[in-house]
Amino acid sequence: MIARIIESASPRALALLAVVTLALLVAPWLVDSYVLSVLIIVLYFAYVGQAWNLMLGFAGQLSLGHALFVSLGAYTSAALFIKFGVPPIIGVFAAIAMAVVAGCLIGYLGFRFSIRGVYFALLTIAFAEFTGIIVDHISWLGASSGLFLPVKNQQSNDLLNLRGSPTMFYYVILALTGLAFALCSWLLNSKLGLYWQAIREDQEAAEASGVPLFRYKMIAVAISSGLTGIGGVWYAFYYNNLFPETMFKTSQSVEIILGSVVGGVGTLFGPILGAFVLTPLGEVLTAATDGMHLDGVKSFFWGFCVAAIVLFRPQGLWPWIYNVLGLAPKKEGER
Amino acid sequence: MSGGLYLNVAVSGLLTGLIYGLSALGLSVIFGVIRIVNFAHGEMMVLGMFATLVLFRALGIDPLLSLPLVAAALFAFGYLLQDLVVRRVAHLADHMQFLLMASIAVMLISVCLMLFGPDAQNAQVSYGFDSFAIGPLLVDKVRVYAGAAALVVSGLLFAFFHYTPTGKAIRACGDNYTGALVVGLNVRRLYALTFGIGTACLGAAGAIMLLLVDVHPYLGPSYTLLAFIIVIIGGMGSLPGALLGGILIGVSEALAGVILQPSLKSAFSFGLLILVLLVRPQGLLGKVAR
Amino acid sequence: MSASAATGPVGALTVRNISKRFGGLVAVSEVSFTVAAGEIHALIGPNGAGKTTTFNMIAGAQPPDTGDVLLDGVSLAGLRPDQICRAGVGRTFQIVRPFNELTLVENVAVGALAWTDDVAEARDHARGVLELLGLGDKKDARPSSITLPDRKCLEVARALATKPKLLLLDEVMAGLRPTETDRMVAIFKKLNADTGLTILLIEHVMRAVMALSHRVLVLNYGRLIADGKPEEVTRDPEVLACYLGAEAFD
Repeated sequence: MIARIIESASPRALALLAVVTLALLVAPWLVDSYVLSVLIIVLYFAYVGQAWNLMLGFAGQLSLGHALFVSLGAYTSAALFIKFGVPPIIGVFAAIAMAVVAGCLIGYLGFRFSIRGVYFALLTIAFAEFTGIIVDHISWLGASSGLFLPVKNQQSNDLLNLRGSPTMFYYVILALTGLAFALCSWLLNSKLGLYWQAIREDQEAAEASGVPLFRYKMIAVAISSGLTGIGGVWYAFYYNNLFPETMFKTSQSVEIILGSVVGGVGTLFGPILGAFVLTPLGEVLTAATDGMHLDGVKSFFWGFCVAAIVLFRPQGLWPWIYNVLGLAPKKEGER
Repeated sequence: MSGGLYLNVAVSGLLTGLIYGLSALGLSVIFGVIRIVNFAHGEMMVLGMFATLVLFRALGIDPLLSLPLVAAALFAFGYLLQDLVVRRVAHLADHMQFLLMASIAVMLISVCLMLFGPDAQNAQVSYGFDSFAIGPLLVDKVRVYAGAAALVVSGLLFAFFHYTPTGKAIRACGDNYTGALVVGLNVRRLYALTFGIGTACLGAAGAIMLLLVDVHPYLGPSYTLLAFIIVIIGGMGSLPGALLGGILIGVSEALAGVILQPSLKSAFSFGLLILVLLVRPQGLLGKVAR
Repeated sequence: MSASAATGPVGALTVRNISKRFGGLVAVSEVSFTVAAGEIHALIGPNGAGKTTTFNMIAGAQPPDTGDVLLDGVSLAGLRPDQICRAGVGRTFQIVRPFNELTLVENVAVGALAWTDDVAEARDHARGVLELLGLGDKKDARPSSITLPDRKCLEVARALATKPKLLLLDEVMAGLRPTETDRMVAIFKKLNADTGLTILLIEHVMRAVMALSHRVLVLNYGRLIADGKPEEVTRDPEVLACYLGAEAFD
């Protein structure tokens, strides 16, 4: 499969991909700790964006509640670690299970009862907010005052317990992003991917062509929520504190989807590109508005940039850059 | 606890619910006709609240008197927003429309932050602590006025949609877009009008709401979610449904706040929403799709 | 092409007393007919006669209120459209519904995946079907860049790729030029002769109906008013009346 992708790409695209991959691999030795922290956030959003994109971009099902899956993954693994000393390398499976169960529950309810489009999106919001309020009242999970992971002055990197330096977290999230990318590109060209795209393009025509809608939509939700849950585990151990007040909010879900939309929904590189554009943009805005001492200037420009992209580049940046850089192979078969 | 307490709570919930209902009408009108979910709903309502606050502080105008002014200002805002911006995303997918509205919401919050700061502020009217006593009932004066005002504005809206030619034309657009184009209605103008009417409802609801709560820039998202719940429960695009849903949520929130915990009242509403989506996705008074 | 070509024609369709009402409107009323395995039948009638609704009931898109549909004697009642497709009923839509972001090969491969899990095999099969329908040189194009007649062919190709025993064609000749119609007719004749594929087609193009069908069914106001050989049906006074009436009002 990888061979096929390489075969079908243009030399220029391959060269670019190789350079970017290499740059990301050696980045921790080249940049200072601030830039590294920005890169870490970029990769985190690239990863969860990829996971979200699988559901909307591939299978056509809009979720505005992906913060739920991040939060469930984060809370599950953090609680297991804090309360029972379960290392995240094992906790991640429980985290995936929680996220997938939640995803499948929402999917089951939505798809069984034919709740489509905007209504389905609102159902995902409702579940995320609802769970947030519930967690806000569970004192075992720290309730509204938050759940904290013990932070010790770590001498060495402990991969199994996800305790260590920013560089370690960088490589973990880089690996996750790489794996998610590989998985998505494989899925996209598999039977699953073709069926998902058929559903996305025309549900009734897909069904008439033998596509079992319910099963394939459920698979999409399950994979997407599971991947997102893994992101939540990483999030919990990187940030070390979890607050229901922010974790489950729709604004978190919006942050997850923003990169994909800006980069290009339904494309493999869109979520990654979007994260690389948006996170640094946010940092630049912070730096630029720092001296103004005026609340809201940064967020205003932020909203303005997103609105501008929706209005003027509704297909996202990737298809545009793809053409500008001349990455298209000679023959057909992009993506 | 006595039955009197519950009755008191239920009545004040009902009055608050009328304002919720008016605000939800704004969402429902826009979705019912233009098929766009206004994710900046709560922020627009907060804008209305701040506008009312400014009029109160600077000129000493009572919020209920500034209601028409604020509604008119929000109408102009909504009209222009639809005609200049939202119209351009009508052909895009749901998630793009969502993002546009969400980014507008972010910009509105930011503007409020820049102009008014992050702190909660209120308009203290002279009759703020008075109340009416009817038998065992003891109801805040402001709440009665607020509920009454919401009912009047909603009534005007119903009258507009049922008895004026423009209102009927807008309903025709909502029922059958192509048909409306064919019979020569100016759909672009009617859509802008509709959006304006929707946001005017929010201006009115905001002006009234300022009597009851303190305003701060981050209040928006919770109003947006509340309006979603109400509109889905009542039936998207159904005007009586929005009002009924508002009352239902107002009363059940108030009661849940007493029986459970105040902080759990929104979980109760979300639970109700999930239930309605499963049992009757089109809402209590909504029409069955196709 | 059909898996069971060796064992003779399959895809016998039996429709028993199916009805469908939408609110107060009865779209199809107690319609019964059979299509013998390996035959081509045409379903004709004025606009609004209930032809597409009948198709939707056979294909499972709109379950009938009453009655039953059987394929080779096995009831299709309660099956979803995708299950009916896998049971051997392929269909096209009157208004073409291609997967716009997929290439033609991918569009048709989706159909082929009904009987194989191997994407490469599905793509190969899809290329073959596109070739058969004269779309071979456009296989990597997207549906938006081809002509409407080509998109009609694509619709047929996707249905054929599912390896149906019974093919339901909903006005695939409408809008085609006479030469294109003749080519399409030839393709269906050949498929029918070579593989024993059973075909039921809704069609207004009488040139195609007369050239293809062994029998013609006529629907009017949701009722079956004629079922017979093409030359008989076209002489039937009731059929003539309903068509003349329809034309007078059109």
